[in-house]
Order: sequence, then structure tokens, then C-alpha cells
Amino acid sequence: MPDTSVTARPGGLEAALRARRDGGAKLLIPYVMAGMTDDWIEVLQAIASAGADAIEVGLPFSDPMIDGPVVQAAGLAAFERHPTIQGLLDQLAIAELGIPVAVMTYYNLVFRFGHRRFAASLVAAGVSAAIVPDLPLEELDPWAAAADAGGIETVLMVAPSTPPARVAAIATRSRGFLYAITRMGVTGERAALGDAAAGVVERARAVSDLPICAGIGISTPEQAREVCEVADGVVVGSALVRRLLDGVGPEGAAEFVGELRGALGG
Amino acid sequence: MSGEATNHMAGGSVMGDPGPNGRFGEFGGRFVPESLFPACLELEEAFRSAWADPAFRARLDGLLARFGGRPTPVTECQRLGERLGIRLLLKREDLAHTGSHKLNNVVGQALLTQRMGKHRMIAETGAGQHGVAAATASALLGLDCTVFMGEVDTERQALNVFRMELLGAEVKTVRTGSRTLKDAVNEALREWVATVDDTHYCLGSVMGPHPFPYMVRELQRVVGTEAHAQSLEILGAVPDVVVACVGGGSNAAGTFTGFVDTDARLVGVEAAGGAAATNGIPGILHGMRSRLLQDEEGQIREAESISAGLDYPGIGPEHAHLGAIGRAEYARATDDEVLDAFSVLAQTEGIIAALEPCHALAWVIAEAGRSIQAGSTVLVTLSGRGDKDVAQVRDLLAERAAR
Repeated sequence: MPDTSVTARPGGLEAALRARRDGGAKLLIPYVMAGMTDDWIEVLQAIASAGADAIEVGLPFSDPMIDGPVVQAAGLAAFERHPTIQGLLDQLAIAELGIPVAVMTYYNLVFRFGHRRFAASLVAAGVSAAIVPDLPLEELDPWAAAADAGGIETVLMVAPSTPPARVAAIATRSRGFLYAITRMGVTGERAALGDAAAGVVERARAVSDLPICAGIGISTPEQAREVCEVADGVVVGSALVRRLLDGVGPEGAAEFVGELRGALGG
Repeated sequence: MSGEATNHMAGGSVMGDPGPNGRFGEFGGRFVPESLFPACLELEEAFRSAWADPAFRARLDGLLARFGGRPTPVTECQRLGERLGIRLLLKREDLAHTGSHKLNNVVGQALLTQRMGKHRMIAETGAGQHGVAAATASALLGLDCTVFMGEVDTERQALNVFRMELLGAEVKTVRTGSRTLKDAVNEALREWVATVDDTHYCLGSVMGPHPFPYMVRELQRVVGTEAHAQSLEILGAVPDVVVACVGGGSNAAGTFTGFVDTDARLVGVEAAGGAAATNGIPGILHGMRSRLLQDEEGQIREAESISAGLDYPGIGPEHAHLGAIGRAEYARATDDEVLDAFSVLAQTEGIIAALEPCHALAWVIAEAGRSIQAGSTVLVTLSGRGDKDVAQVRDLLAERAAR
């Protein structure tokens, strides 16, 4: 179970993950698309109780560049309910999850809200961090300034294609944790971990003390355990989202997260 | 050409080098996932080095001349010009090989693909013109080619799908989102992330992340350079008005480079249902900051027009910039006006043009005697030929007659 002595206040993601890692645990961050089912908040609550250390919540965008077919389907399922982003954040605000939340979305939503207003909306929703994959280091400053000022941690990504010097620059600017993309490609389940996984984590480890969580293509408890031989933790998205699209509901989500937790050790 | 240039006024032109971060004023940039960032840097470096290499330029120019049919002529429209009370010139990109200006861009990018040591190109296409051109250049240079095309477009442009397959390309039907051009771009970007080691993404317009808007504009510069010289020859001066259609805006960008530093009035014409330059709001899509059709929370809206090639909810970032600084103006043409222009050009000049440039022509027809004064000289870039649209136009005209 997560260390409940660290509360999910804004800015609390990195503190929570460091405390868990330094206590010897591997970190588990499941991903759920906001609004993808009517009971998505119950799903988050079930996941939080089943051993997640933090939750990544996708905010649906019309043109999700890095999402694979399963997460795209979850986005479409969310859009069929005609949500607004603010409405989804309002639901999140009263969820009382007890663990930190990072939202994942695309930059146009942030830009359209306005940087400061978006950061303030996240704070009001009790969100700790933001992951904006189409906002690379070179374009980061306007958002990062507003996020820093508002107390929102901006999680940055490193990829197998990122050269070592660039890994260092990204790691220095990342907050919350460092997101290691373990293979080139969109999100989605894969039969096996790629060869690139260990390399990208090791390059990050060489230059950063941040918790390093691996994601993209990690589908099974066995793969999670394998990648955690080098990484501090894992983000598991499509494998969980697919189960939710299949209708497993909060109980089924909790069961899968429990299996992942079990594979990583308590 | 200097990689150090950070000022878009570099070289003295309003349409100069956008610098290492690809900025056109507040627009442009490189909003891509980290996985693609190194590929964008690699591409920029390869393009800048190739563009400064006389051997590369000579090979490209040679292919465009002897394979592509360049230079394309400029035709003066005697009958239509007389009817409108203006002197009307058409830059005839419809006469280039594959029937549109798209070949200029793809031959350049195919040569770059080889130069980067890659053996495969992927491309998106709307109307199919860029897809056909990409498949053509790939066949010419021995590259593998995969083209992404929205399901709506594969239906309305079925013959172009078959053309691409004849040329040896694989066509992948995109069934996500609005199933049109923007979704084909999303799918091509996703494929590029996964295959970037051996694959080049041959983007078809002046859009996307840096260096694409800059690179594609430079590869289309030939249209404007030729048209400038040809206008001088025919008119003894540059035209008063230079007009081109705008989806992403590559033929317009290429055309404008030839006239941006003259006194010519520059006009880009969009489809009324996809008018991002006039109705769009600044935002970020497909790796660029530009003007986009979007809702209050930033969800991208779908464009709608009879022309698949203009069904795009954004415009190239340099067009957004040229509009913002007032150097170019952007106007709209409705589907009805476009159908009229299509028919009029066929009947008065013997040219069946693509629906896309008929937007530019429709604007000229509407404005002649108004904002285009009688006796003015006007150049329209006829970006492609209309064979692909004939069946659709037949149906649309029948539909309209029945209304």
C-alpha cells in the first residue's frame, strides 16, 4: 500500500514517489482516460486502494498524436459522453484519492485554457502534476513558468532516441519523476519489452536522481517486474484501459492493479 | 544559407529563414513528442546542408526539368480576362508531372530521404495529389512508400488510391477521428514515431513541426521564382494581385516567395468550410503553432468542403504570420462559387482545373471590378488539374440542378 503519510497535495508527486522509492518499493502508476466510463472516478478510487502510488489521468483531446489504438478508443468513449475538460477536472476535485494525480494531455488544451488558468484549474482539482507529451524542452518555458508558480510539477519524457546530453537537460527540468519511454512508437501493449528499455533508463539514471518510471508498451505484471529491474517504477496504460473498455469496472481494474503490485512487491 | 540565422528577415526577405526554432513571428515551432525531436533536428540539418549543396540543387533541378516538366508555363486567359475586365494569368502547375505542384516537394524530399540513408517514405494525403506525387517520387528513386489517407477521402478519391497502388505504394486507410486529412496526418506521425530509424515522413504541405513549413516552402519556391520571371516577360511588370488557394498552403507559399518582396497584393483563398486563416484561433496541432479551427476548450473542429485537399482545420504557420503582419490577406470561397469557377474556366479557356485552385479563381471572379479594379493584372496559381474531380463535379452539378 502507498505510504499514506505523504498526502496528495499539489507539488506532492515527487515527494511521494521519492519517499516510496527510498523506502525500497517499486513505483506503480496506472493510467486511466478521464470520462471514458460513467464510473471512472470509482475506477480511480479502486486503483488507489489497490496499490497504485500515483495515477496518470488522461484528459481527452481530439488529435492525440502519441496515443495508440486502445487509448484513442478510450478518448472516443469519453467524447461520446460530451464532457468538458473543466467538468472532468471538477469530478476529479472531489474524488479523494489519497495518492497524487498527474494529468496527461496535449498542449493545445493547455494553450487554449491559458497557461496560468490551466495550472490553477489543476490545483483546484487537487492535481499534482502534468504530462504534456507534445511540449518538448525547447517550447516548455511559458507553461513551465506558470506551472512552477502554481505548484504543478511538469513531468518530462526521455526516449530511446534522446541523445545523452539532451537526457541530462531534460532530467534537470523534469519535476515529479522522469518518464522513460521504453520504445519508439505510440502507446499500446506489446508482447515483449524492447531492447531499448534498459538503455534509456540507464542513460537517465546516469544523470539524474529523480524517480525514473518507464512507460509505453508495458502490458503485463511480468513485463512490469522486468523493467523495474532497472527502473524505479512503471506507468501502465493500454493494458488497463483495454480492460476498462471491455467492461471490467472498478473491481476488475483493482484486481489488475493488484496483480501488478504483487509482481513489483509490496 | 546560414544555420545561425534567427531572424526571419534574414536575407532581407519577408519570407526568410525562420531560424533554428522555426519561428514565423509567434507561429511555427516544433511541438512534437520527445521521440520525434531528434528526427526533426536530423531532418533540419540534412535539409540545410542539402539546400546549400550545389550538387543536390542541380540533381533536384534536373529531375524537375526532365522528369517533372518544369518550367511550367504561364497562360494568359484572353476570354475570361476580357469578361472580368482584367488581365488574368494562370501559373500552370496542372501541367507538371502527376498533375500538380506537389511533385516539386516530393522529389526534393525523396532525394533528402536518400541523403539521410533512409529507404522508406511515408506520406499523408487528402485529395490524393500529394500521395500520388510521393508514390511517383518513391518509384523513381527506388524507395518504399506508404500513404495514409482518411476513409472519407479514399471513397471520394478512389481513382487516386488505385494510382498510388499502381505506382507501387501501399495505401493505408485511416478510420480514426473525422477520417480526413487531419487524421491521416495523425496516423502518419504515429507511424513515424515507430519507424523513424529507416523512414522519412514526407509531409505534403507547409505545416507540421519545424523544419517542414520552411523546407516545403523552399521546395515550392520554384513556382514563385518562375512565375515572377514569366510575369515580367508577359506583362513587363509584376502582377497587381497574386492569388493562390490555401489548405495547408504549399502552393500559395511557393507562389508568394516570388512576389512577397514586391508591391503585389498577395491573397490566399480558403474553403469557406475550412477557413482557418480567417476563422481560426491560435493553437497547437501537428507539431506547429498556427491558426486552427477549434472549440472553446481547444478541441480541434473538423473542416468541411467539397475539396478534399482543403479539408484541413489549420493553415501553415507562415501564412498565419503573413496574415498577422498584413503582408498577405486571406479570403474564402463557398462550394457554389467554386463550382461556378470550375465550369467557367473549362468553358472559356479549355482548362479543367482541380477544385482546390478553383477557390482562388472563384475569389478573383467575385472580386473583379470590386477590390480588384478594372484593368488590373492578376496571377492565379493553378495548382492542379481537375481530372480527379470530374466525377464529383458531375454529381454536384446534377445535385444543384435538382435543387
